Amino acid sequence: MSDLMASDLITPDAGEPPLLSINEVSILKAAPLTRLSLRLREASLKAAGSAFGVDLPVLPLSSATADKRAALWMGPDEWTLFAPENTSQSVVSDIEGKLGAEPHSLVDVSERSEAIIVSGQRAAWLLNTGIFVDFSIDTFPVGTVSRTIFHKSPVMVWRIGDEAFVVEAWVSFMDYVSGLLVQSASELSAA
Amino acid sequence: MLLVYCPYCKVERAETEFSCRGEAHIARPSDPSQTSDEDWVHYLYMRSNTKGIYAERWRHIHGCGRFFNAVRDTVSDNFLKFYKAGEPMPDLEALAKEAGK
Repeated sequence: MSDLMASDLITPDAGEPPLLSINEVSILKAAPLTRLSLRLREASLKAAGSAFGVDLPVLPLSSATADKRAALWMGPDEWTLFAPENTSQSVVSDIEGKLGAEPHSLVDVSERSEAIIVSGQRAAWLLNTGIFVDFSIDTFPVGTVSRTIFHKSPVMVWRIGDEAFVVEAWVSFMDYVSGLLVQSASELSAA
Repeated sequence: MLLVYCPYCKVERAETEFSCRGEAHIARPSDPSQTSDEDWVHYLYMRSNTKGIYAERWRHIHGCGRFFNAVRDTVSDNFLKFYKAGEPMPDLEALAKEAGK
């Protein structure tokens, strides 16, 4: 599975038992990582990208990855940056040092959300039980990232492989999201 | 369910990702302290309540978070045009003609 991944940052949390593990699809808790919310103007794009280690993507719904780095497009002036756990301070000081007085906002939101990895041949089908987005590989290719809504909870979906997705939700919504996914998947084993 | 096109994300998504924020192109008076109470009331509360072709504000709240504008036929709920915030109001009559109204 991991060789399909678009990012080396997303790894299953070894200490957590799988939330779901059946032939068609599995749901694993992802290991903690550093998440930063970055907002800035176009003029500062290059500087921020070189300080972070990967160019910030400018195409809508796209992402860019490098060694231990991922930058996800959230909006025309908003990105989510991923880095390994416990590197927040150094990443922030790198970017802040480079941007200096240029207007921007960089906030550590690592603890705001949790991620699960939904993978397997029915992963897209499973997500579609609560998300009205076309997850076919042509319209939602590997690397595509989008905020959307899962039933009633806002989530972020990032496709990291042909059959692998990262789903992030706010910590207090994660039980709801993963619980509903596990429940919906029971349809697969019932058949 | 309506399908709404976000001109920032450049994708069509379900209505549940968006929130509609009422009539578009309502300019806030540039100097509120010089505005008469009547004009202020007009700015705050009076809306055209159009039956037909009408421009309204939408927000892609569960997406990129951006505001944009859409032209919608309030009778059929058909969207005729989506455009970014800050762009001028399109010619509604021409759009209506194009749509065969």
